[in-house]
Amino acid sequence: MSSWIPLWLHKLGSPPTFYRFAGTLRPWAMGLALLLGAIALYGGLVLAPADYQQGDAYRIIFIHVPSAWMSMFIYAVMGVASFIALVWRIKLAEVVAMESAPIGAAFTFITLVTGSLWGKPMWGTWWTWDARLTSELVLLFLYLGVIGLYHAFEDRRQGARAAAFLAIIGIINVPIVHFSVNWWNTLHQGSTVNIFGKSKMSWDMLWPLLTMMLATKFYYVASLFNRVRTDLLALEGGKDWVRKIAEDEAKS
Amino acid sequence: MNRPGVATACAAMLRRDLTLAWRRRGDIAMPVLYALIVTMLFPFALGPEDTLLQRIAGGVVLVTVLLAMLLALDAMFSSDIEDGSLEQLVLAPQPLALMLGMKILAHWLTTALPLIVIAPLLAAMLHLPGAVIPVLLLALLLATPLLSLLGAVLVALTAGTRRSGMLLALMLLPLCMPAVIFAAGAVAAAQQGLPWLAPIAWLAAALVLAVVLAPLACAAALRIALDA
Amino acid sequence: MTAANTAVPLLEARALSFLRQDEPVFAPLDFQLHAGELALVEGDNGSGKTTLLRILAGLLHVGEGELHWRGEPMQRDTCTGEILFLGHQLGLKADLSPRENLRIAAGLFGCRDGIGVAMVLDRIGLRGYEDEPVRRLSAGQKKRAALARLLLLPATLWLLDEPYANLDRIGIALVNQLLETHTAAGGAALVTSHGAVSFHGGEPRHIRMHA
Repeated sequence: MSSWIPLWLHKLGSPPTFYRFAGTLRPWAMGLALLLGAIALYGGLVLAPADYQQGDAYRIIFIHVPSAWMSMFIYAVMGVASFIALVWRIKLAEVVAMESAPIGAAFTFITLVTGSLWGKPMWGTWWTWDARLTSELVLLFLYLGVIGLYHAFEDRRQGARAAAFLAIIGIINVPIVHFSVNWWNTLHQGSTVNIFGKSKMSWDMLWPLLTMMLATKFYYVASLFNRVRTDLLALEGGKDWVRKIAEDEAKS
Repeated sequence: MNRPGVATACAAMLRRDLTLAWRRRGDIAMPVLYALIVTMLFPFALGPEDTLLQRIAGGVVLVTVLLAMLLALDAMFSSDIEDGSLEQLVLAPQPLALMLGMKILAHWLTTALPLIVIAPLLAAMLHLPGAVIPVLLLALLLATPLLSLLGAVLVALTAGTRRSGMLLALMLLPLCMPAVIFAAGAVAAAQQGLPWLAPIAWLAAALVLAVVLAPLACAAALRIALDA
Repeated sequence: MTAANTAVPLLEARALSFLRQDEPVFAPLDFQLHAGELALVEGDNGSGKTTLLRILAGLLHVGEGELHWRGEPMQRDTCTGEILFLGHQLGLKADLSPRENLRIAAGLFGCRDGIGVAMVLDRIGLRGYEDEPVRRLSAGQKKRAALARLLLLPATLWLLDEPYANLDRIGIALVNQLLETHTAAGGAALVTSHGAVSFHGGEPRHIRMHA
C-alpha cells in the first residue's frame, strides 16, 4: 500500500504520463467548474436573501471571497511546487509552479477589483490601506515579479528555477507585510475594516459561497492542466512521445 | 602551498571592491546627486509651507534614499559577470555566501553610506526638526543595509538576464515595504513625540535575520543564475 | 604511463552529457584523466567544448552520466581549490592592474610555496606593465595576465579554454612550457584548442567531441 503511492507519484511526474492524465481529467474539471459555478451564482444572486444592512451590494462576495481564497491557495501551491522544483529538479514541478502564477495573478486581480467595487458603497472609498488589502496588492506584485522573472530568461528551465526561488522568498514575505501594515495602521489609526462583522453568516448565503469556492478550485485545476499540457509539449518538443502525438494529430 | 584563511579572503574581497569603487568615484556621486535632485523637487511641487514639508520630510527622505539605492543596485554583479570574475569567485575554495556578504558590505559602504551622510542635509531641506534627525539616521542605518541585502538576493536572481532594471524594482517593492513602514514609522513617531524604539527594534531584528540569511540566499540564487 | 593508468584516475567521466532545453549539447563522453596527463579537447565550433569545461569546473550542473574525482562522485566541495579554470572571460578587473588582480586571486585561492606575485608577472612576460590598469593592456597581454594565475595559484587540474587565443609565438611557447612543467610535477590539464598544439612531454590524450 505504502510502496505503490510513491511509485504512482513518480510515474505521474513523467511528462508523457502527466500529459495523458491531465488530458483525461481536464474536461471533467472544467465541466464541474462551470456547473458548480452556475449553481453558486444562482444560489448567491437569486436564492440568497438581501442583507439587512448592505442590501444587494453584498452579493459581490460570491465572487470576491472565493477569488481571495484562490489567490492565496494558488500561491501556496506555487510555493510547494517551487520547493519541489528547486530541491529535486523535477520538470513537472517547475511547469506547475510557473503556470500557476498567471492564474493566481488573475484571481488576485479579480479580488482587488471586486473588493474595490464593493468598498465604494460600503466604506465610501475605492481603496483603503488596510492590512488585508495591502497584502493582497503585495501578493499581486509578487505574482507579477515571478512571471516577469520567469520570462526574463532565455533558458526557460533556468528561468523557472530563478522564479521558483523568488516565489519561496515571497512566501516568507507575505506574513511580514501583513504584520507590518497592521502595525502601521495602529500608528496612523486608519480605518479597520471588518468584512463580516460579528454576525454569523446564514446558511442561505454560506452554501453558494462554498459551492463557488469548489467551482474556482475546479476551474484552477482545469486551467492549470491545460496550461501545463501546452508547456510540456513546448518543452519536450524533441522527444518521441510529442512527435507521436503530432503524427496522430496530423493523421486525424 | 598555503591556503588563505577566511579572514584573508574576506579582506581581499572587501579591498578589491572598495578599490574598484574608488577608481570610479564618479559613480559613487551619482546616487547622491539623484537624491538631492529628487528632494529638491518636493518643495517646488508641494509649495514651501513649513508644516506640510515637515510632515512629509521623514518619508520623503526614506523613499528617496531607497530609490537612489535601487539605481545603484543593478550594477552589483553585472561587471563581475561580464568579465568572468564571478566565475572565479564561485570556484574559489572559500564560502561563497561569506564572499558575497563582503561584496554586499562594500556595496553598502559605497552607495548607502554617502546617502546617509547627506541625509541630514536632505532632511533640513524639508525642514525636519533637528531633534528627529538622529532617529532618521538610526532608521537609515538599519534600513539601508536591509535593502542592500534583500536587493543583492534579487540582483543575483536576475544576474542571468539581460535587462533587469524595471523587473528589479517590481521584485524589490514587496520585499522592501516592511522596511520602509518601520523606518518611516520610527521617524513619524519621534516627530509626534511618541516612543520610537519599537519600530527600530523590529528593523534591527529584521537586519540580524537578513545578515545571516541573505548572503546564503544570494549564493544559492547566483548558482542558479550561472547554471546556463 | 602504465603505472599511472592502474592508479585511481584524477578525473573520470562516464557517459557524461549535458542537456540544454532538453537537447543534449554533446554526445555522451567517457574519458579518464590521470595525474601527469594532458588532454586536448577537440571539436568543431558548437560541439560543446566550453560547456564541457564549465561542467568539469562545477559551474554547470551535470546533465546525465557521472563524474568522479579521485574515484569518488564529484561534489561541489570534494575538489574545491584543486581545479583552476580559465575561461573565455579572463576574470580580470579592467580597472585594476595585473598586480592587484593577482593579489586578489592569491587572497582567494592561496599561492604556491615560495612564489610571489612579482616573480610570476616577470616570468609571464609582463615586466613593466605590472601597475598598468588591465584596461590599457593589449589582448595578448591581458591573456598573459590571466595565465599568470596558472603560475601563482596551487591547483591539481587545469581547465583551460582556448589558452592560445590572442597569444604571439613566444606566448604559445610559454603556455606549452607551463603545461609541461605542470604535468611533470604530477598535475593534469584539459585544454581546448582549435589550433595545433606542439607538446613535447609525450603524446597528449585526445577527447573528441561531437554535437
